[in-house]
Amino acid sequence: MFETITLIFLGLISVAAAIFAIYTKRVVSAVIASGVISLSASIMFLLAAAPDVAMTEATIGAGLTTVIFLYALKHIRASREGKDD
Amino acid sequence: MIKYLLVFAAILGMGWILWQLGVEFQTAQELNPLASEYVRGSTSDLNMPNAVTAVVVSYRGLDTLGEVTVLFLATAGIGFLLKRKKRSAGLEIDDADGAANVPVCDESALAGLEFDATGTTDPQNNLSNSLSSLSNSVVKNETLSSSAVKTRTEGSEILKTGSNLLVPMIVVLGIYIFTHGHLSPGGGFQGGVVIASGILMLIMAEVRFHLSHLLLHISESLSGLAYVAMGLAGLILLGVHHFLDPRYLLAGKFLALFSAGAVPVIYSLIGIKVGSELASVLASIQHEGEDL
Repeated sequence: MFETITLIFLGLISVAAAIFAIYTKRVVSAVIASGVISLSASIMFLLAAAPDVAMTEATIGAGLTTVIFLYALKHIRASREGKDD
Repeated sequence: MIKYLLVFAAILGMGWILWQLGVEFQTAQELNPLASEYVRGSTSDLNMPNAVTAVVVSYRGLDTLGEVTVLFLATAGIGFLLKRKKRSAGLEIDDADGAANVPVCDESALAGLEFDATGTTDPQNNLSNSLSSLSNSVVKNETLSSSAVKTRTEGSEILKTGSNLLVPMIVVLGIYIFTHGHLSPGGGFQGGVVIASGILMLIMAEVRFHLSHLLLHISESLSGLAYVAMGLAGLILLGVHHFLDPRYLLAGKFLALFSAGAVPVIYSLIGIKVGSELASVLASIQHEGEDL
């Protein structure tokens, strides 16, 4: 019962984060929201007794992908500023 | 109008497919024959408690080899693209005849000139604007004089102290995860990504930290080669149908670190390979266009 409630709660969190990521104006917030989706997905995998998948999702989805998106964002901004000058 | 109707129809179709999947789905009450054979074989034949690792490394070892190859190709593609961009940037600077510093110097000089002009004509309105341009030019000059690095800010004190404390622990955790892949959840991929995230923290915190690409390439290539060699050893020692079969090394004691044949060795090699690949991706993204 507790597990089901937690699963539903995490699913609601990820749906809310997905909608937020689409409708927010700031790209950084969208990237962070996609990281939140991965994080809640990894907890859901852990509750579904798949710790291997949960580890992969937490490290790659929430960690590396978010950081790579942020780096790409930084580079895009740097090139834009270079053009404006 | 037609567009909206099409979108609506696509959403309805997608929902119908998902609804069918959801209605038909029911959790399996018992393992199917293949899965029960894997679970039985992982403990009795391969002598390891983690059935997932048994499937990933041994029963579906060829898939893992392909996965590692895909990762290698992706890393090589990223390195190729970023390196090519770097070279073209260098050529542009060569065309503008002069040292690498010349264009940036011109920009900062221009910013300074702008500041002078606006400062004399309209001081109050444009004060903040001109101040920001002045600080920009000052920052640019400082970075130029200190080194050839383009825009690289020092990590904050909190980040530095935290990374000094955490990075060794993260790396040790990664090594633990991939050496104990046959005993506990996790394995080469997870451990490698954990190590890469530790290296990422180091890259973010320390400006002077420079990852040797040669070392990464050597460790990555050697571990990949050794992985294939371990697979071929099974082929040679055990017979034609035993590519990537780990049983040519001793099975050892159940639940011991050195057990389950060649699985810990193979997973450690995968961990080193994945870790160095992802670290080289991060390093090439971070250093892209910095050292021309």
